[in-house]
Amino acid sequence: MTDQPNIAHDQELDIVRPISQTRRALRAFLRNRLAVAGTVLLLAFIICAVFAEQIAPRDPLEMSLQAQLLGPGESGYILGTDNFGRDILSRLIYGSRISLTVGLVVVSIATLIGLTLGLLSGYYGGAIDILVMRLVEMFASFPFLILAVAVMAVLGPSIYNVMLVLGIVNWPIYARLVRSQVLTLRETPFVEAAKAIGANDARIMFFHILPNCTSALIVTAAMSMAGAILATAALGFLGLGVQPPAPEWGMMLNEGKDFLRRAPHMITFPGIAIMLVVLSLNFIGDGLRDALDPHIRN
Amino acid sequence: MLSYITRRLLIAVPVLLGITFITFAVLNLTPGDPIRMMLATEKITPDVAETLTEYYGLDRPWYVQYARYLGNLLRGDLGISITSRTDIASSIASRLPNTILLAVSSMFLALLIAVPVGIISATRRNSLADYTSLTAAMIGVSMPSYWLGLLLLLQFGLRWKILPIWGIGHLSDGLWDFISHLILPSVTLGTGLAALLTRLTRASVLEVLTQDFVRTARAKGLRERTVLYKHALRNALIPVITAAGLQLGYLLGGAVIVESIFSWPGLGRLTIQAIQKRDLPVIQTATLVFAVSFVLVTLLVDILYVFVDPRIRYD
Repeated sequence: MTDQPNIAHDQELDIVRPISQTRRALRAFLRNRLAVAGTVLLLAFIICAVFAEQIAPRDPLEMSLQAQLLGPGESGYILGTDNFGRDILSRLIYGSRISLTVGLVVVSIATLIGLTLGLLSGYYGGAIDILVMRLVEMFASFPFLILAVAVMAVLGPSIYNVMLVLGIVNWPIYARLVRSQVLTLRETPFVEAAKAIGANDARIMFFHILPNCTSALIVTAAMSMAGAILATAALGFLGLGVQPPAPEWGMMLNEGKDFLRRAPHMITFPGIAIMLVVLSLNFIGDGLRDALDPHIRN
Repeated sequence: MLSYITRRLLIAVPVLLGITFITFAVLNLTPGDPIRMMLATEKITPDVAETLTEYYGLDRPWYVQYARYLGNLLRGDLGISITSRTDIASSIASRLPNTILLAVSSMFLALLIAVPVGIISATRRNSLADYTSLTAAMIGVSMPSYWLGLLLLLQFGLRWKILPIWGIGHLSDGLWDFISHLILPSVTLGTGLAALLTRLTRASVLEVLTQDFVRTARAKGLRERTVLYKHALRNALIPVITAAGLQLGYLLGGAVIVESIFSWPGLGRLTIQAIQKRDLPVIQTATLVFAVSFVLVTLLVDILYVFVDPRIRYD
């Protein structure tokens, strides 16, 4: 922040006003090249997901006996075709819809559960705290993919079960995070002030404490969305996730592994797609953390 | 110290109980009766189905089933596989060492790469080497292991044919047979971890280099080499070791994918095969073994932490 003054002159009124936290963070974020690159990349994937019908050159489900296992560029298929003669590029474009939706829903479910339990546990302490923290420990004791695999095996593979399972498996991170924030915030003067003027517990939790947890939550959300997308594809790869013929990236890898020698492009491109989305979210998460965390800023 | 260990062990008890309940609940309270399924596909006769139902108490209320499940666990009876009708305990005992072998060799590989690269990256901050290793680490963290596994299998196994792609090697067939089978699965499993630990080592070394004792060491005229290796590094590696220990538990989980790619005869593959056959007792027990090993590894790391970092006191 040394090259930028912390205050800006408002010339008309000739008063000095401080730059808001949000604008300062935004500036720091925009100065981070990797974070900006990540944002652009993610935007590209979002556009693919939203306008898949307009962007995709072909129907992602349309099979063609004449066009099986074509390499990239052959007969006008830019990224080639799979063993059913389906266009891989179109499948990838439609697949971004699945990955991003699942990622978003998973993070929402996990945040909702984790936030509520974390707030209650940190704010009230005592028996609730012990109960919630034991629950967190239990869930954290499972390597989360194992738990997801076991639950998926029972519930049966479907996109809704993937969302549900990954949401349930991911909530402890949020509960821990929010709880630790609440524990420190609970003792701050502004919370005492709110109590003194007679604000009730719900008001203090949601209007005074929660807004101060948001920056930490946003960073975690970006990172755990990356994790959720990787896990969705992992389940798809194991055949326990989204079911055929949906163009899910992990499942595309699974279908491609039987044609490794004849059609390596069947696994190359879905893998690159997964990696790029995850990479973009990780860059954004890193950038946000550096921009939002005043301790790292120097 | 002893009281700390006792307390940690006591805390682990309710957690372990909770784990048994979760594994039980996940697999018993959901629809889908494996015995009826086998009956429908004519894998077993009605009277065998009846015997099995009775053995597992599947016709009893859930709390009776849970109590029976717990009782059996405490007596070391892990049940019988519904599909192969063999003792689950013995099939787990024969596969768990393979999974541990894979996890440990991946961890070894990851540390072998991460620690030196992380140190170089931190001591030459903002150099070309630093940027290169940071970028590589970011890619490594973001790369799905199942994809990397397939690429390695294709290149080294199918195209160049220099490494085996299937199963486990045996020392009786020579050291190379044993090691060569281990290479591709370990690299697949270890890459993500190496990337993660590289980032962590770099951050940790950078942090320690700003500490007062490092400045003191430099001020009294010690050579930079001595400052780095004798003063800074010992402190910087503590969080790395802790993280590595905790990740060992996650490696066990990641083994599910890697083992199924390379047909590694471990616990992960056993789980996946059980899922495909809907063999509930095996899924349940394997999940339980994973979770229990995870808890034990975490506990061990927490305790070892005290020996690694003498500043920590649990009283």
